[in-house]
Amino acid sequence: MALLRAILVRLLTTAITLFGVAVIVFVVIRVVPGNPIAMMLPPGATEADIARLQMQYGFDKSIFEQFTIWLSGVVQGDFGTSISLRQPVSLLVLNRLPATLELSIVALLIAVLIGGTMALVGTRFRDTGAEGAIDMGAGMALSIPDFLWGLVLILLFGVLWPVFHISGRISPSLDIDFTTNFYLFEALFRLRFDVLADLIGHMFMPAVALAIPLAAIIAQLLKQSLKETMHLDYVTLARTKGYAERTVITREALPNAILPTLTLVGVQFTFLIGGTVIIERLFSYEGLGNMAIDAVINRDLPLIQGIVILFALIFTLVNLVVDMMYVVLNPRLRHA
Amino acid sequence: MRDARSELTRPIGVRLWLSGGWLMLLACAAIFAPWIAPQDPLAQDLFLGRMPPFWENGSEAGFWLGTDSLGRDVLSRILYGARLAMIVALVAGTLTCLIGASLGLIAGFYRGWPDRIISRFVDIWMAFPPVLFAILLIAVLGTGLTSIIIAIVIIDWTRFARVIRAEALSQSAMDYVASAQVAGRARFGTMLTEILPNVLPTIVALLTLEMGIAVIVEAILSFVNLSISTDSPTWGGMIAEGRISVHQAWWVLVFPLITLFLTVLSFSQLGEGLKDRFDPVLR
Repeated sequence: MALLRAILVRLLTTAITLFGVAVIVFVVIRVVPGNPIAMMLPPGATEADIARLQMQYGFDKSIFEQFTIWLSGVVQGDFGTSISLRQPVSLLVLNRLPATLELSIVALLIAVLIGGTMALVGTRFRDTGAEGAIDMGAGMALSIPDFLWGLVLILLFGVLWPVFHISGRISPSLDIDFTTNFYLFEALFRLRFDVLADLIGHMFMPAVALAIPLAAIIAQLLKQSLKETMHLDYVTLARTKGYAERTVITREALPNAILPTLTLVGVQFTFLIGGTVIIERLFSYEGLGNMAIDAVINRDLPLIQGIVILFALIFTLVNLVVDMMYVVLNPRLRHA
Repeated sequence: MRDARSELTRPIGVRLWLSGGWLMLLACAAIFAPWIAPQDPLAQDLFLGRMPPFWENGSEAGFWLGTDSLGRDVLSRILYGARLAMIVALVAGTLTCLIGASLGLIAGFYRGWPDRIISRFVDIWMAFPPVLFAILLIAVLGTGLTSIIIAIVIIDWTRFARVIRAEALSQSAMDYVASAQVAGRARFGTMLTEILPNVLPTIVALLTLEMGIAVIVEAILSFVNLSISTDSPTWGGMIAEGRISVHQAWWVLVFPLITLFLTVLSFSQLGEGLKDRFDPVLR
């Protein structure tokens, strides 16, 4: 019962946060100097043309009226029409979302893999030079943001040893007739390994750039939790039973040490998704973030609104899922 | 355990010196750029386009780190770019710190409705992708130095507010705060004389980290061509140009990238080092 109430409260605060985001974006955007309508029309358009289009997009009404109209549309799944691309915002955004989701999830997997390995190796060889090296590597990785790692990767794997593509999501020459925009998952599902290889060749650098800071955080926190667990009685018991040190760490210590890391990874995953905006730009990857920057440059108000709200929705959903997972996985909270 | 601690503090000393040294060097470059830059950073010469750095064949005397596609001197542009980076780091960092830390202090010390309002805003801010928010703000405010600084303050105040709120909360629960109150000190006075000095080390460490972040945000904004006017030299702008011509002229990308990399690394190492220095538990 208490759990149900906690979930309801959480859902309510999520809704309030999303509403707040919508209000702020709406107000901020409407202070934009420069008339977006004037930019759409060819030079020589008459005042009447401008007025007609302004009415069509609703810019002649007050901010409050515009907001209520927009909100009632959003509730029905209608995010308006993009000014620069002249298509429904919901359609444009949903077409780009799979690319960004795939990139974020692959980056998360890479981060968990690298960070987890570093933490396990660091715990196995604790208080040796290997642990020191891991600490130093993680500290360095954490100090530098994904944007700079992306540039370093471009130099390493795009110029010095050009093995990966430095721009785009897929080679245009590749003939694909996929039904969804989840190219990576669909290529896996259809066993199109040529497409898969091409996708990975494009995705590798942006995903690694996004993964490096998160991997460092996972390595640091998980190693710390693991080392604390290694002093506990039941771990000592397992050791006296004659288990190998490696088994003790992975089988006994890991399940108990993973919870704090899990919570943090959730929050950090939203930062990673936020990082896709500039990383997609850097690698000309055709995702949501790249489209967002174009939308801002083109002053495409409906599109900007749609994308920002979608990002906020993803962020709050990720946090919600993490909180629920924490409740489910933590026995102390479950029985409270 | 003790030994491990003293082991840890030694490299911190070296780190502090190295990062502080680099930042001093950069500050000098920023201040004295007009006197030490070998060339005019804006001078274009299409006959000198994409000249390699001095140790490569075909380099041009006086252009130590080569030239970009318009024949502008890379070294001089890095030196002048340091000016913008340093101004943004100092001004935007300090303003963000002042506003964010004040709000965090108020929320953590007074609790009640000020805390509820400030924390709600922090929650909403956390739901924005920061880079997109920054770009959006620049589009609204227009490009220019003031806009960049305002944008950084608006985006990053929560970084201070969150941490300082938590610190102020835990400090408020301590006995010494209660005794100050019993002694009849005003609430506001207690906050300034009792809480603030105790959270100051955290504020200083965060401020140093924030300066590095401000430099990155500025670089990202100039990378998407939304910083200050397009012809003034910025590291981000140089990187954007270098990214395009990376296969023809790697030096246009590599040198500003190294500069930016070392600067961000120095700020964060300095911040981490200060945090460890000040932390009473570690000390």
